[in-house]
Amino acid sequence: MNMLSDVALEKALEKKTMKQVPLKMTGKDVSVYYGDKRALFDVNLDVRENTVTALIGPSGCGKSTFLRSLNRMNDTIEGCRVTGTISLDGEDIYSPSIDVVELRARVGMVFQKPNPFPKSIYENVAYGPKIHGLARSRADFDEIVEASLQRAGLWNEVKDRLHEGGTGLSGGQQQRLCIARAIAVSPEVILMDEPCSALDPIATARVEELIHELRANYTIVIVTHSMQQAARVSQRTAMFHLGNLVEENDTDKMFTNPDDQRTQDYIMGRFG
Amino acid sequence: MTVVSPTAAPVSKAPARRDIGIKRRYAAERRFRAYGIAALAFGIVFLFLLLSTVFRNGYTAFQQTAITLPVTFSEQLIDPGGKRASDPSVLVSANYAAVLRDGIVAKLGVDPQSRADVRAANAMLSKGAPIQLRDMVVANPALIGQTVNVTVLADAQIDSANKGQIDLTVPESSRKVSDKQVGWMQQLTEAGAMSKQFNTGLFTSGNSSRPEAAGLGVALAGSLYLMLIVLALSLPIGVAASIYLEEFAPKNRLTDLIEVNINNLAAVPSIVYGLLGLAVFINFAGLPRSASLVGGLVLTLMTLPTIIIATRAALRAVPPSIRAAALGLGASKMQMVFHHVLPLAMPGILTGTIIGLAHALGETAPLLLIGMVAFVVDIPGTPMEPSTALPVQIYMWANEAERAFVERTSGAIIVLLLFLIVMNLGAILLRRRFERRW
Repeated sequence: MNMLSDVALEKALEKKTMKQVPLKMTGKDVSVYYGDKRALFDVNLDVRENTVTALIGPSGCGKSTFLRSLNRMNDTIEGCRVTGTISLDGEDIYSPSIDVVELRARVGMVFQKPNPFPKSIYENVAYGPKIHGLARSRADFDEIVEASLQRAGLWNEVKDRLHEGGTGLSGGQQQRLCIARAIAVSPEVILMDEPCSALDPIATARVEELIHELRANYTIVIVTHSMQQAARVSQRTAMFHLGNLVEENDTDKMFTNPDDQRTQDYIMGRFG
Repeated sequence: MTVVSPTAAPVSKAPARRDIGIKRRYAAERRFRAYGIAALAFGIVFLFLLLSTVFRNGYTAFQQTAITLPVTFSEQLIDPGGKRASDPSVLVSANYAAVLRDGIVAKLGVDPQSRADVRAANAMLSKGAPIQLRDMVVANPALIGQTVNVTVLADAQIDSANKGQIDLTVPESSRKVSDKQVGWMQQLTEAGAMSKQFNTGLFTSGNSSRPEAAGLGVALAGSLYLMLIVLALSLPIGVAASIYLEEFAPKNRLTDLIEVNINNLAAVPSIVYGLLGLAVFINFAGLPRSASLVGGLVLTLMTLPTIIIATRAALRAVPPSIRAAALGLGASKMQMVFHHVLPLAMPGILTGTIIGLAHALGETAPLLLIGMVAFVVDIPGTPMEPSTALPVQIYMWANEAERAFVERTSGAIIVLLLFLIVMNLGAILLRRRFERRW
């Protein structure tokens, strides 16, 4: 999977020379239509491996639409049409040979509002592995649940009440439970759609920390409204405006010396 | 040091006069509350009137007057030829009316020569009592030649008089119970031979033209079959149709048309379903008339739209975030529906189903058209046999002329209401059991 050795990858990330990090997903001339309305205009955007890519832009700019087309969640919307190609490891995810169920197991998703199933914490995490046949015995499930909750940084808080309802947790805990649920099926990419917008600052900090840790094992694409959050968690940032990709750049550069005037204006808070 | 901005607005400025009509607003609110309370009170008064009338008229139906008297099973009357060993049919066709008449005449001490008195005494017993004696003897021929204490039902008129429902102050000629019979009733009551017992016959007997022997057994069995058939057919069909329409079907003109039609079908008068059942199930498919199978099929058709509408509403009420969560994890649409959406919609589905069932339980008109309004004496063993249903039985008894059927009718209404209350309680309990927060 990794084109570069871990050491080289680490070095590339360290030096922030993103061009050397291999691509995980690529979008080429991606346009999305909702019925007659066009929401995205020929977006060309690459997602690099083991990198956090932040999508920013004002409301209605198409960043969530782009995110949702990366695991074909747009399929569920009546009248939604995607043109262009999006590929995962070089394979077109909209080609008929790709099964959407399998794709979503490889490209997991965390939503804006924490949405645990109204079941126990254990069942929430075990559900994905169950439907994908990742575990057979009770012990296997226990292991996956524990590992996932560990990685999501929730294990210590919930290990004594695994069989209580997932909806009884606090908002931040629920969101981390959703992250645990997503990583329980061992995805390669995790899409996060404004994962902190319903959380208080402390819970937000906890989730951001978690995103930082998850980067070692997963490729993450995050949509956020908070410029500071984008700057804190991401290595690459893409700025959308009115359905167009305005600029895509290393985060450091983006927030210090953007190429495009509109990015500059948005980051400075002149519109949005 | 203070900096005075030249453009600063004056600090003290009289607030703008506001005219928001505080008093009028509160008055309107008070008026609205009063309307609400009045509407509620109106409803409660009529509910109370309905229930009190039904219970006042009906509670006596759960008791029945019975008379205990020594009966001599004389061989002379039952089997004068002594042929019962070779020909058991003698026991069936024997004159048990005479056996019983001798019993009551002896018990009351009536002059056997006075034919009018004997007839009046005999009229105090149910016309079904000789059949009871016959059944006793057929079951146990050894009774012949013995004298046994037998408890038989009193005639409906005597029962009514015993319950105080007959006004004894009217002239004797214009009432059905004579002064002599009233005297005998006192005599029997004092001797402890006449008493009111719990009326098990109301629940176990079939229909009868004699009020004291008429029961709801056939109607209860019929209603039970109807409910089972409706539940077994309409729940799976209705839920499957709703899930398909709500989750899988494309939204196009055809599904819109189907949706409009389902909503219209829910409003179609039930008698139309009866006509449909008559045409399709009886005339075309050749199913038996009066059978609860046909009734169940007709009521299924009638209940389906209700269940489909309730189920679709319940499915729609499941938050989209739960669907997104399941799909985002890589669940298929089917897994999403059956693992997450359906369990969450279950309380709503069950409530809709039980409301539909309760509606079907109280439905009369379609059953009249498919012949479930028959006079059925034997409790049906299968749904293919002729039967009636509770509301139809109420309708039939309400049409009877005799005074004693009034209390039976109300008694049957009480039984029907109890069934409905139990079903609604079940609905509440099921909803509690399945309800989950999200």
